[in-house]
Amino acid sequence: MIKKTRQHISQNESLLFEISSPGKMGYQLPELDVPMMDPAEALGGNTRAEIEDFPEVSEVELIRHFTRLSTWNYAIDLGLYPLGSCTMKYNPRINEVVARTEGLAWAHPYQPESLSQGAMEIMAELERCLAVITGMDAVTLQPAAGAHGEMTGTLLIRALLTSRGNPRKKILVPDSAHGTNPATAAMTGYEVENIKSNEQGMLDVEALARAMNEDVAALMVTNPNTVGVFEQYIHKIAAIMHDKGALVYMDGANMNALVGIARPGDFGIDVMHLNLHKTFSTPHGGGGPGAGAVAIKKELEPFLPGPRLRRENNQWHWDYDRPRSIGRVRSFYGNFGVLVRALAYIMAHGGEGLKNATMDAVLNANYIRKLIEPYYKIAYQAPSMHECVFSDDYQSKKGVRTGDIAKRLIDYGFHPYTVSFPLIVHGALMIEPTETEPKQELDLFADAMISIAREIEENPAIVLNAPHLTRTPRVDEVTAARKPILRWKKPAESQVRAKPGDLRPDVPAREPALPASVR
Amino acid sequence: MSTYPENFRYTKEHEWVRVDGDTGTVGITWHAQNELGDIVYVDLPKVGAHVAERGSLGSVESVKAVSDIYSPVSGEIVEINDELTTAPEKLNHDPHGEAWLVKIKLAAPDEIKSLLSAADYQSYIGAE
Repeated sequence: MIKKTRQHISQNESLLFEISSPGKMGYQLPELDVPMMDPAEALGGNTRAEIEDFPEVSEVELIRHFTRLSTWNYAIDLGLYPLGSCTMKYNPRINEVVARTEGLAWAHPYQPESLSQGAMEIMAELERCLAVITGMDAVTLQPAAGAHGEMTGTLLIRALLTSRGNPRKKILVPDSAHGTNPATAAMTGYEVENIKSNEQGMLDVEALARAMNEDVAALMVTNPNTVGVFEQYIHKIAAIMHDKGALVYMDGANMNALVGIARPGDFGIDVMHLNLHKTFSTPHGGGGPGAGAVAIKKELEPFLPGPRLRRENNQWHWDYDRPRSIGRVRSFYGNFGVLVRALAYIMAHGGEGLKNATMDAVLNANYIRKLIEPYYKIAYQAPSMHECVFSDDYQSKKGVRTGDIAKRLIDYGFHPYTVSFPLIVHGALMIEPTETEPKQELDLFADAMISIAREIEENPAIVLNAPHLTRTPRVDEVTAARKPILRWKKPAESQVRAKPGDLRPDVPAREPALPASVR
Repeated sequence: MSTYPENFRYTKEHEWVRVDGDTGTVGITWHAQNELGDIVYVDLPKVGAHVAERGSLGSVESVKAVSDIYSPVSGEIVEINDELTTAPEKLNHDPHGEAWLVKIKLAAPDEIKSLLSAADYQSYIGAE
């Protein structure tokens, strides 16, 4: 039975360069009412000669081009977005309503403090809420994204340890970590040492204890980790680090499993970042921008990026007098519009609502796990939190790998899950449904996964050659990576113009070759 | 499948080393390239650099992931396989031969004694 269908209403879209014709324009400017300047003279010769073949199109062509392209897209507003370790969650419309409030949307960072009290109050309140949620003592909202938060956190660690006399040399990173963790450690001048996970998918506490010495500045841990398993010995792990004067950094990417239930500050974390664009429902992916707030324990407070918000005489002020600060990590005060959305989300839910969201996120992941576990090999038996990770072990016996299954999922109208991550799981399929998904959507997704498992048994070729129903067939990722074409080149005129009448509808040629079992 | 030459020594991180006199030629194993999938980029150290045992030798990037390469031995890099920068796909075709990565002047030739034999490595990857 066909429960989900996809159809692209658009035509095959040319590049703007290809539909351009000289002299067209999509705007009208009023007549010049100031003396004409010679740009070359005004800019001291720093002008660029005419850009060759810069596209020139009319307004309607431009609108149609991007509108048609947008219909090819997949978005959280169209259906489940099961990318794991990324929390691609629905963005409630209340966030947008609040962020578009005139005084917030048009606030300017150079406005004087006296005219920015509302915006400053919002930031102060968000800092306070995030501190409560994480169980930490203070928060900076400056970092613009998760990895930026990691870098800020690691610089804070370096600053604190330096003030104690020795910044130390190494940062320990579990083998299940996000790639940004070791990258951050290296960027901030630390050596990286990998710590293995055990058969439960958890950090090996004994291996950690063995690796621990006075050269280690910190551990960067994700909890729940990237296999969706809660590090239940996190308090022991933290004690091992603290005993030797090191700190514990937590990557907050998976905070969606903890909000309202467990607080990192209570289980020994010293520094962490929060991805407001993951856990707190601000736009993610191409929509962004992100925000990577960093929460810290008191001892790190003097080192936070400045300026800091300070309350004095019933007014908010920016405190620039921060002699021990690591300095600014971003211009102005962070991605303010994103901060407004995050606070709107927190306040719209309230404490109970946030806790419910967390429980639903975990419930949904475990529901999917139960439905598809008979067909896909679960990577670790430990209970799943907000995401579940499978391996392609059953399917790879038929020559089908996780990437092929993901491509086939597109034919079923879903965005693929996370492919081949974490690296410690052989052929990983990582699925994170998030809390907002209704049971019907989860069932539809599980049905698609089960159908694909059957197809692999009956006719693996259909999966190996997927997708079949998309605008373009499977792209050649290998050649694209080995020999990338980075600039458009104008083709010869003869190759551009189709002959009159040389037009065929696309659909009949692409009638889906579905086996009977899934019709 | 491929065979694992008897005159190589192997690591659990899936590198191999072949010793000729005081020089060790290092590469990644067939199993490693098979797990990585299509390799699209190889990052190698500079000639003259010194590398520690289990220190980083650079990285290989496939469509799936970027993986560090760890040196099975310590010493000085005396030659790198430049061809891999323009033809990384060779690592998928002939990882034990033409697609060697670097040659290292051995600082401590005894280090290879702690590495795996071909038989041990094969039983290791069989059990993994």
